[in-house]
Amino acid sequence: MARSRIFFSPDDRVNAFLTTCPEPEYGTGSLEGLAIAIKDNISTKGIRTTAGSRILEGYVPPYDAHVVSLLLAEGAAIVGKTNMDEFGMGTTTENSGYGPTLNPLDTGRVPGGSSGGSAAAVASGMVRMALGSDTGGSIRCPAAFCGIVGLKPTYGRVSRYGLIAYANSLEQIGPMARTVGETSRLMQVIAGHDPRDSTSIEQPYCHTPDKNIQGRRIGVPEEFFGAGVDPAVAAKVWEAIELLEKKGAEIVTCRMPGMAYALAAYYVTCTSEASSNLARFDGIRYGPAVDTKKSWHEAFQERRGMSFGKEVRRRIMLGTFALSSGYYGKYYAKAQSARQQVKLDFLRLYKEVDVLAGPTMPTIAFRLGEKADPLSMYLSDILTVPANLAGVPAISVPCGTVEGMPVGLQVMGRPFEDEVVIDTAYAYEQAVV
Amino acid sequence: MVSERDIEHIAELADIGIIKEELDEFTVQFNRILDYFDILDTVLGDCGYEQDRYNVLREDVVSPSLPQEDALKNAGETEEGFFKAPRVM
Repeated sequence: MARSRIFFSPDDRVNAFLTTCPEPEYGTGSLEGLAIAIKDNISTKGIRTTAGSRILEGYVPPYDAHVVSLLLAEGAAIVGKTNMDEFGMGTTTENSGYGPTLNPLDTGRVPGGSSGGSAAAVASGMVRMALGSDTGGSIRCPAAFCGIVGLKPTYGRVSRYGLIAYANSLEQIGPMARTVGETSRLMQVIAGHDPRDSTSIEQPYCHTPDKNIQGRRIGVPEEFFGAGVDPAVAAKVWEAIELLEKKGAEIVTCRMPGMAYALAAYYVTCTSEASSNLARFDGIRYGPAVDTKKSWHEAFQERRGMSFGKEVRRRIMLGTFALSSGYYGKYYAKAQSARQQVKLDFLRLYKEVDVLAGPTMPTIAFRLGEKADPLSMYLSDILTVPANLAGVPAISVPCGTVEGMPVGLQVMGRPFEDEVVIDTAYAYEQAVV
Repeated sequence: MVSERDIEHIAELADIGIIKEELDEFTVQFNRILDYFDILDTVLGDCGYEQDRYNVLREDVVSPSLPQEDALKNAGETEEGFFKAPRVM
């Protein structure tokens, strides 16, 4: 067994890390000795894991997530667990039970969420690579707000075994890094079939990014530049798309009518799945103990009321309601039909174009505390949720700044064409380097 | 429109505690979000979401799994190798 170690004691002024490993061991392999940060909803054996929640305070997983085993097998040094919105529920990391993470580029602003800690750790230079997870934009949003690269893989390409579940049909673990090349390198290690995740697909990722974009057809849906998207952000993203055109891509404007329902379909689906997934947090097997002298419901209501934050409780209740008798048809069933329409929109467009492009987020990073109302927070996910609904790969790559803050270009591809998404982002990155 | 009583009922179903002071704010926010969800009423058709996936089965063969001591390690209260839970009755 190799006993090499690195030393890690970052000057973390932005609360990116919830747990750091000051002297992690590492082995041999393609990631030998590289410091990698892991979002705190990914299980790491022997390392405290909280999912950003007080209901898992003190929890130490007895096993590694599949992706963590893969990283360790390639010699990576796991240097710590990063801060996040509680259970992945949020767009700013302000919903963490352990205080928000600040944006390293402007500490009065949010880093995005829910993988805000991972994005901040990479953007501030504490690590070059990190893992995040993306249910409705949680890798891409913080990548855009912090000016780094983040990929949400095609659903099924990266095992979810060991990912603390929020919404199983929507989420994927994915790589976040300073460059497209490093993002691709990390994807190569974590992608691949895992029999312990029954939604995992046999499709390894083994790819060197290629910047040749000659003839690539890039669809630009009108709905991605609609009302609600800041005009300065839209202009920056158009500049990036036009640069790709100069490099040989063909730009095709198009329409995605399913966008009208996408956000509602997303929030009904994820809250419904969350209401089931989070039922396991009862203070019995993990987390702060429940008072066993009380009766069943009294004990659980007390523990869950105390230890889940407001946003988590709100989403569990929304999901409980959407699935309840009398309301299931109106909400959950309709959301699945809407979801199918979004998926069909993508498949229809992909007959004419190879990828779709637009802004990752409608604005630059918000100021801390700016989005106090839950619904206005949800609305900012409008451009990222479609890729989760349809299971398609999607990346955010930095494409300039507005008021000094980064803007992200989002590229989405056909199912299982993560390589083409990476290549398109690489073509842009190399064109401006 | 859901009332404060409805919110209390939903919270009970989900075993989530909410305190009286939060009830008003929760109810208002809940209703705003449900109003937004009304857009789903305009979705035509009843097609459901098609996943091209199939049930994954395996042979019923015993393979290594989590040892009992590891499974109990994070528990609040245990007794003779069992998790201890509140009374059901």
